[in-house]
Amino acid sequence: MNPDVAEGTLVRIESDLDIVSARMQGRAIAVQLGFGATAATLIATAISELARNVLLYAGRGEIVLTSVEHGTRRGLAVLAQDRGPGIPDIPRAMQDGYSTSGRLGLGLPGVRRLMDDFEIESSAGAGVRIVAKKWMPYPMT
Amino acid sequence: MEVPILKQGPYLIATIQSALTDKDIVQLRDALVEQVGKFRARGVIIDLTALDVMDSFATGMLQDMAHMVRLRGAETVIVGIQPDVAFAMVHMGLTLEGVTTALDLEEGLAHFECAGVPGRGG
Repeated sequence: MNPDVAEGTLVRIESDLDIVSARMQGRAIAVQLGFGATAATLIATAISELARNVLLYAGRGEIVLTSVEHGTRRGLAVLAQDRGPGIPDIPRAMQDGYSTSGRLGLGLPGVRRLMDDFEIESSAGAGVRIVAKKWMPYPMT
Repeated sequence: MEVPILKQGPYLIATIQSALTDKDIVQLRDALVEQVGKFRARGVIIDLTALDVMDSFATGMLQDMAHMVRLRGAETVIVGIQPDVAFAMVHMGLTLEGVTTALDLEEGLAHFECAGVPGRGG
């Protein structure tokens, strides 16, 4: 295992260039961990949504990509966190079609569908912390 | 990176050559909508073969672009969506509704010819 991946790769999100950088690094790490090309594309797409969310609502924040293990399963965890205004109504933000930015409103619900596990924490004024994990379909040998 | 737009007869062809930032996509939309008038184009083909990710922003922008081009009197065909990208879009619920798609550039051009999108003076 590459020690950098075990410790986590941090990508600062401060401009739309960083969205591309985060999803490219995420894809590379996913492939390095053993994910197939299709799963790597799902992960890269989820990272793109999460990074844009950070930029759009908080102006800046970070994405941290970490290799995770649970029993015999290995996966990739994507952490997105910011210190922005937070999400006052999480259930509503997770509804399809709900957007305060005037766009499609498929961002966060889409991420939940692309990934296997999805956790979101936020309180008004304290930013947002989202952890989304994707597991490999086969146990480690 | 700016997307080059090629003029071929009555058609404009924009070939995405690398990952696009949000600004690049907005720039492409504005350039295409403007160039439809400048070159009096009848059809626009956007080739996404080399695009790494189609997320909700890119999908929304391409949909807007196709609708704006239609309002300017031309048709858009989006080509080259790769299998993995299509899979991710379906998972997310992104449909590109109301936008014509074709397998690749060749099929995109064939679509215009079959649909009878004529060249100027033709």
